[in-house]
Parts: sequence; C-alpha cells; structure tokens
Amino acid sequence: MAKVWVILEAQDQKIKKVSYEMIGLAKQLGDVEAVLLGSGVSSLAQEAGEYGVSKVFVADCAELKDYTTAKYTRVLADLIQKKKPEIVLVANTSQGRDFAPRVAQRIGAGQISDVMDYQEGQFIRPVYSGKAFFKVSPCACPAIVTVRPNVFPAAEKCGGSCLVEEVAASFSADDLKAIVKEVVKQVSSRPELTEANIIVSGGRGMKGPENFAILEEMADVLGAAVGASRAAVDSGWRHHSFQVGQTGKTVSPSLYIACGISGAIQHLAGMGSSKVIVAINKDPEANIFKVADYGIVGDLFEVVPMLTAEFKKLLS
Amino acid sequence: MKIAVLIKQTFDTEAKIVVKEGKVDPSGVNVIINPYDEFAIEEALRIKEKVGGEVVVFSAGSDKVTESLRKALAMGADRAVRVELDGVAVDEGVVAEALAKAVGEGNFDLVLTGWLAIDDRSAQVGVRVAEILNLSQINMVTQLELADGKLTGSREIEGGMEVVEVPLPALITAQRGLNEPRYPSMKGIMQAKKKELKVVNASDLNISAQPKVEVKDVFLPKAKEAGKIYKDDMADAVSALVKALREEAKVI
Ligand SMILES: Cc1cc2nc3c(=O)[nH]c(=O)nc-3n(C[C@H](O)[C@H](O)[C@H](O)COP(=O)(O)OP(=O)(O)OC[C@H]3O[C@@H](n4cnc5c(N)ncnc54)[C@H](O)[C@@H]3O)c2cc1C
Ligand SMILES: Nc1ncnc2c1ncn2[C@@H]1O[C@H](COP(=O)(O)O)[C@@H](O)[C@H]1O
Repeated sequence: MAKVWVILEAQDQKIKKVSYEMIGLAKQLGDVEAVLLGSGVSSLAQEAGEYGVSKVFVADCAELKDYTTAKYTRVLADLIQKKKPEIVLVANTSQGRDFAPRVAQRIGAGQISDVMDYQEGQFIRPVYSGKAFFKVSPCACPAIVTVRPNVFPAAEKCGGSCLVEEVAASFSADDLKAIVKEVVKQVSSRPELTEANIIVSGGRGMKGPENFAILEEMADVLGAAVGASRAAVDSGWRHHSFQVGQTGKTVSPSLYIACGISGAIQHLAGMGSSKVIVAINKDPEANIFKVADYGIVGDLFEVVPMLTAEFKKLLS
Repeated sequence: MKIAVLIKQTFDTEAKIVVKEGKVDPSGVNVIINPYDEFAIEEALRIKEKVGGEVVVFSAGSDKVTESLRKALAMGADRAVRVELDGVAVDEGVVAEALAKAVGEGNFDLVLTGWLAIDDRSAQVGVRVAEILNLSQINMVTQLELADGKLTGSREIEGGMEVVEVPLPALITAQRGLNEPRYPSMKGIMQAKKKELKVVNASDLNISAQPKVEVKDVFLPKAKEAGKIYKDDMADAVSALVKALREEAKVI
C-alpha cells in the first residue's frame, strides 16, 4: 500500500479540523502517517493515533513557534526526502498553500492544488473559478496534494495509538532570514470564514454598513460567519478579508445564505461548492436563484429578521 | 531597484467555458491579465515611482500574450520579455523553471507575481520561482512596505493578519487589497508601442524539469436541479424554508 502523509495543522495547541479531514482522505489512499511541526506540540501527536494514523513524526522546537515559509520548508523537504512517502497531503490554508509549492519545488515534486474530490485514482480540482474541473493524477513520486478545507468528511475516531518519532530540526542562516513581526488576531466570537459550517453573506442589497447588524444577529443564532460580496466590500461596508468570490475567499460551508446578492459569476466562484445554498433576493430573476437550493423572493429587511426569529425558536 | 513582474494571460472572468475533445476550448474567448498579476504590476510601478529603477514584465505563452505584455507596458512597465513555450510539455514546475531562468539573468532585487492564476488556480508558480531563485517570499500580500533594504508585508491568515519582514532580494505574491491597479493612459499606450519586447525561446533556457502531474480530463459541473423558491406570503415562506433546512437538507 502507498505510504501517505498528512501534514497536520494545529493552532492554539489544537489539531485543526481540516487535519482530520485529510486523515479521512488519506485512509482512502493508503497507509497513513502524519507530521506535526511546532513548539510545544508533542502532546498532540497521540491524538492523531486515535484516528487511524500509524505513526507521527514530530518536530518540536522553539524555532518552529512562529510559522515561516523557510523553516517549514526546511524541515518538511528534508523529512520527505529521507522517508520517501508517495503522497503528501497539505491543508489548503494560508499556511499550507504557502509552503507546499516551495517544498514541492525543493524536492522536485509535482503538486495538485485545492483538491475537492477523489475518484478512481484521480484527484479532482476546480479550475476557471469553479466553472470546470480537472481530473489530475501524479506521474511521479512523491506528489504533494493540497486539500480544500470543509469538503472531505473528517476521519472517525477509531481508538488505538500511534508511534511517535521525534525529528531533529536544524536551520541554516538563510532559513531564519524571514521574521514574523506581528500576528494580529481579529477578536471575534464568530468562526473564521473558510472554516465556518454556516455562512450568512450580504451584498449591495444590504444598502449600508449598519444593516449588516441584522446578518450578524442571524449569524450569532446559527453560530455562523458573516461574508460579503465584492460590491459590499468595495462600498466600504465590510473589510475585504470577508469578501467571498473569485478575488476573495473560497468557501465550502454546509449552508450558505446569500442576502441581497445577485449571484455574479465571480461571486459564485467563491461559494458555488457550498453544500446547500439559500438565496434571499427581491428580484425573482436574480442569477443567485439559478444555483440556490432554496430561496425566498422578497425584501431582505423583512425576511431576515423573521428568519432569525424562526431559527432562534428552533435552536434555543 | 530592479523589479520583475510575472504576468499570466487568462480568460476574462465572465468567459463561458466550453470543453472540446477533452480540453478547454479557447476560441472566441476574451483574454485579460490575470487580476492578481495586475496588483503585482501596480505595486511594482508604485515602488519604482518612489525609489526609481526599472520594471520588467515577463510572461510565458504564445504570441497571443504579447497583447497583455503591451498592456503592462502601457501601464508603465519599462520593458517586457515573452517566454515562448511552444512544443514544451508543461506543468507548474516546468513553467516556473522557464520563468525563473528568464528572470534569473537580470539580477532583480524584487520579483512580484500574483498569488494565483484564475484559470488553472494552482497557486504554485510564484512560490516555485522563489525557491528556484533562492529568494525569501511573502505570499498573498495585502500591504507592502519597503525600507532599509527590507520588505514588510501583511498577509491574511485564518482569523487575522500576519506581518512578515524579509530582506531583499525577495519575491512577493499579490493578493487583492494590495492596491487599485491603474488604467493605461493614452500617452502610455502610445509609448508602449516603442518599448522593448524581447522573445526568449524555451529551447535556449535549458529547462530540465519534466511535468510531474497530468491532467487526465476536464469536465463541467452538472447543472443543478431547480431549487425550491418561496414567494408571496413571507411568514409562510420563512417557516417553510426553516422546516426544509432542518428536515430535508439537514443543515441546521
Ligand atoms: C475581475 C473581477 C473579480 C471579481 N471578484 C469578485 C469577488 O471575489 N466576489 C464578488 O462578490 N464579486 C466579484 N466581482 C464583482 C461581481 O461581478 C459583481 O459585481 C458583484 O458580485 C455584485 O455584488 P452584489 O451581488 O452584492 O451586488 P448587485 O449585483 O448589485 O446585486 C444586489 C442584489 O441585491 C438585491 N436587492 C437589493 N435590495 C434588496 C432588498 N431590499 N431585499 C432583497 N434583495 C435586494 C438586488 O435584487 C440584487 O440582485 C468581480 C468582478 C470582476 C470583474
Ligand atoms: N505563463 C505564465 N507567465 C508568467 N507568469 C505566470 C505564468 N503562469 C503563472 N504565472 C505567475 O504565477 C502566479 C501563480 O500562477 P498559478 O500557479 O498558475 O496559479 C500568477 O499569478 C503569475 O504571476
């Protein structure tokens, strides 16, 4: 069986959900081993064993406290070259997509980016803003595959334990040239857009920044994130980090509620892979209704508060 | 400051995708400079306007990409290089090596690229070029400052922002938010016609990489079934929707 590696991603001393999703995919591909990098993360390694990983390589040192491209690339490229896995799965997150191509280039590997499905030996990934899909296979080993968060079902806990192998990391002066000056966390009670299970999004139809309060209220009832169309961002109503679409975030929540968004092709590019799409729009001809699983033709200022009240009744 | 910018020509964002004989059919499609690469061009021009120097744009592709290189020249780039890859089997690694070799000779202090091309959506070529040329990188940058031979870039991370400092020479990949790209002026368009546009053939670059991944097939998404659309009585619509989300879609 193929040796498949999952590069685990952890944050605040917790293994992120996408890591378990990658383990789930990896089990379809072969024997699963994992790699964990960081500072003070050793204790997390055993957790992966409970999900069917046979071995975890851990590089735990002070230098790996801050993520930088060069340090991660050094450790991962060295380790892959030494242990020779056939497929390496990396989360398609701000970190993963930063180091994966660099590692691939250093070890002379191919990379298949932003994979959303795996069928009959081929990886499926969206191209042309999700208007088409490529079926891709590696023609050399190892191959790096970056995996879109929120699309593969997470591996189930199956008990058991795993071997843990400590990996010594050593860095050259070049590896330490980049310095992380600052990490600014938005303090928010809401989940991050690309990780959210439910997203409530607003567009030009929201008419002004103050009206996003009604979306935030709905989001808080649902435990959702709040997104925006480019029109809302360009109007200065929301920060561009909340933009969904071709030039914004790509999201795949299980539920996407689009309010006052017309459904331009560039918006669909970012949310078309959502499992269930709900549209609220007063224009019955709006393009968003073509991709919506459910929709309400009506005034969002009337509908949204009613929906929030209904959700509240159901969920409290 | 010598700045290289890598630009890819892509389909217009509105383009309808047609698959013919297992390939995406480019006929009749309008083309543009990849939107993220326009941010890269703009940033290069702003840096040059501040500290002086030269901006050189590179694109790998057929004669058709000349049009996009001319646009970059009209925006204000000084000269352009087209890398002709005719007959070469490519993947991201091969394209990156070709571009890196073309750029490599120029002793650039800074290389700017887009973070992702909206056609193949690989998000690899810029970073691979950084690795080949042994440059520090800051990826998906939304704000960039240059001082004392160092670059400070902000990049979005999940739930926040990271500020990274790297020494020059370096490679930066541009994300939306970095700037608003300018339109070419009439004067710029006239001047662009006289600027140097060199063609380099892949065969002269001694490319050693082979494709490591293979696209086996292209397919279009299945047309979605018509959804359930509620109208008229809003109170009924709302309760029907919530019921459907819970009992049918099972998402809440
Ligand atoms: C290169 C490029 C990249 C782009 N990238 C993105 C991107 O990443 N993300 C993105 O979103 N867009 C992107 N766009 C822009 C895109 O083309 C659209 O312009 C944009 O998505 C429109 O936003 P909108 O739907 O909010 O606004 P509109 O298209 O103006 O739609 C507003 C909608 O609100 C409805 N409405 C108004 N009032 C109400 C009400 N009271 N109740 C209910 N409904 C109401 C209207 O019927 C209408 O359908 C890009 C464009 C280009 C050219
Ligand atoms: N053929 C090309 N010519 C010039 N630059 C390219 C080419 N392909 C990719 N790039 C650069 O690499 C970035 C990422 O592309 P990709 O890896 O294809 O998503 C783009 O935004 C461009 O800046």
